[in-house]
Amino acid sequence: MKHKFNRGLAAILATLVLVGVLTRVTNQRASAAGEGKITGTVKFDGTPPHMRGIDMSKDPYCSKAHANDPALMQTVVVGKSGGLENVVLYISEGLSADAANMKSTQVPVFDQKNCMYTPHVLAMDATQDFKVITSDQTAHNIHPEPNPMTGNIPWNRSQPPGAPPIVQSWKAPEMIHVKCNIHPWMSGWFAVVKGPYATTDENGSYTIENVPPGNYTVTAWQESLPAQTQKVTVAAGKPATADFTFKGK
Amino acid sequence: MTVPTNLLKCFPWLSVVVALFLSTAAYAQLTTFQLQQWLNSPAASSHVGNITGNAHAAALPYRRYCVGCHGELGDGNGENAVWLDPKPRDFQLGIFKCRSTPTGTLPTDQDLYDTIARGLDRSNMPQWSTFTKDERADLVAWIKHYSPRWQTEKAGTPIQIPAEPEITADRVKAGQEVFKKMECWKCHGVQGMANGPSASTLTDDLGRPILPFNFTDGSRPKCGSTDTDLYRIFMTGLDGTPMPSFADNIKPDEAWDLVFYLRTLQPHNAFNAKEREIAHQLGLKPVNPNAPAQ
Repeated sequence: MKHKFNRGLAAILATLVLVGVLTRVTNQRASAAGEGKITGTVKFDGTPPHMRGIDMSKDPYCSKAHANDPALMQTVVVGKSGGLENVVLYISEGLSADAANMKSTQVPVFDQKNCMYTPHVLAMDATQDFKVITSDQTAHNIHPEPNPMTGNIPWNRSQPPGAPPIVQSWKAPEMIHVKCNIHPWMSGWFAVVKGPYATTDENGSYTIENVPPGNYTVTAWQESLPAQTQKVTVAAGKPATADFTFKGK
Repeated sequence: MTVPTNLLKCFPWLSVVVALFLSTAAYAQLTTFQLQQWLNSPAASSHVGNITGNAHAAALPYRRYCVGCHGELGDGNGENAVWLDPKPRDFQLGIFKCRSTPTGTLPTDQDLYDTIARGLDRSNMPQWSTFTKDERADLVAWIKHYSPRWQTEKAGTPIQIPAEPEITADRVKAGQEVFKKMECWKCHGVQGMANGPSASTLTDDLGRPILPFNFTDGSRPKCGSTDTDLYRIFMTGLDGTPMPSFADNIKPDEAWDLVFYLRTLQPHNAFNAKEREIAHQLGLKPVNPNAPAQ
């Protein structure tokens, strides 16, 4: 009995070592070659859910801003050609440690415009700085709601008209809901990921740049629909394609 | 005979799988061993002035006095919690309303100590004046073990509060401008009656309805009633609630102006005789959000 147990243990250890060595080898190979990209389209199949109108009458500034252009909830935004907007695409598996820790040097900007968030979903890397600005002549408070167990700590800051930008970053990957307590309809997302990412435009198309060649799992995340994944192989200098379709009811 | 040997062969693998599963399930809370280890580490103490609190000493008082609401796991799910509103604090999150530190940081030991001593007005948290200072410091050390944040983060740096200036009529008027510009009235109402346009829609971070502070009904602010407390409340914000931090946008001098103006909204109390008199002499009217600025 004891003998058997030891043999089992040895087998486990051997597999662990083997797996460790293999991942190291593949990682090295991945970071050595040139960089490719992943591109594709995210479609919505079925009748798009009704975009609920927003009553902004509690703040005259907001309702005036939307006098000719009624404000709609942006939970699911489907373009004319059936493309799904505001989907974040990122590589959830297969990235080497180096590639995962690479972060964009750009500072993504989250604007508060006409009492709505622009963009509705702001993707960024963990520990990458982002900026919150306001274009409105009414006071907002920016109140992200991460789970403190992940290492991302919630905060709540006021930003009255003309206030300077707030520059912050998040420690860990997480999809963080952000709201304004003064204007309860304001709802947006900070999509914090690791490694290269992209967000779909109004046609549902996207391109993830700077992807080292390798085998990956790409995840498409939408705030209200179940996330989807796809296996993708990226070759050097050649764009790989990954199209997604989210199904409606 | 083949079936049992197969099972035996699987045993080490199975046990690894079971152990992995158990370790992930137990992630959120400390094991007895980890708790003992923590209790013997220097982290299991608090420092309030010249008092050093010791978490060892608070295990029994916590069980006796706190567990009913804050729960055995410190998650705010004690057996009384269902009957309470506002809900008891969840110590596991490490998020506290009453802090002297900027929004998004851990409070200092002194902040937690003050909250235990002060109690929280309009909640079920009493003033724990029955405890000695040492016992309170011990409890501060104890509740810090519930959140993993205390093991990886340090408490924030307390905000600087300059000495309180002399109250003048100009300062009260300037304070009213700050009240208008920062749009405090959106929630607290133009008269501080907690009836601003957004007041009815407010929820805390767990989605439970929450009311803004009513300055006019004579209740005490949860995080203290002195001028310095008021200053600290709007500059640090009350984390976990809709009340944001205004530290980015209110200068220290303006902050004192705002404190003086807020005093005029309150009914007569131990702190605001001068402010009320000035407001009376000025014939101060509530802010008019629809009037053009300046």
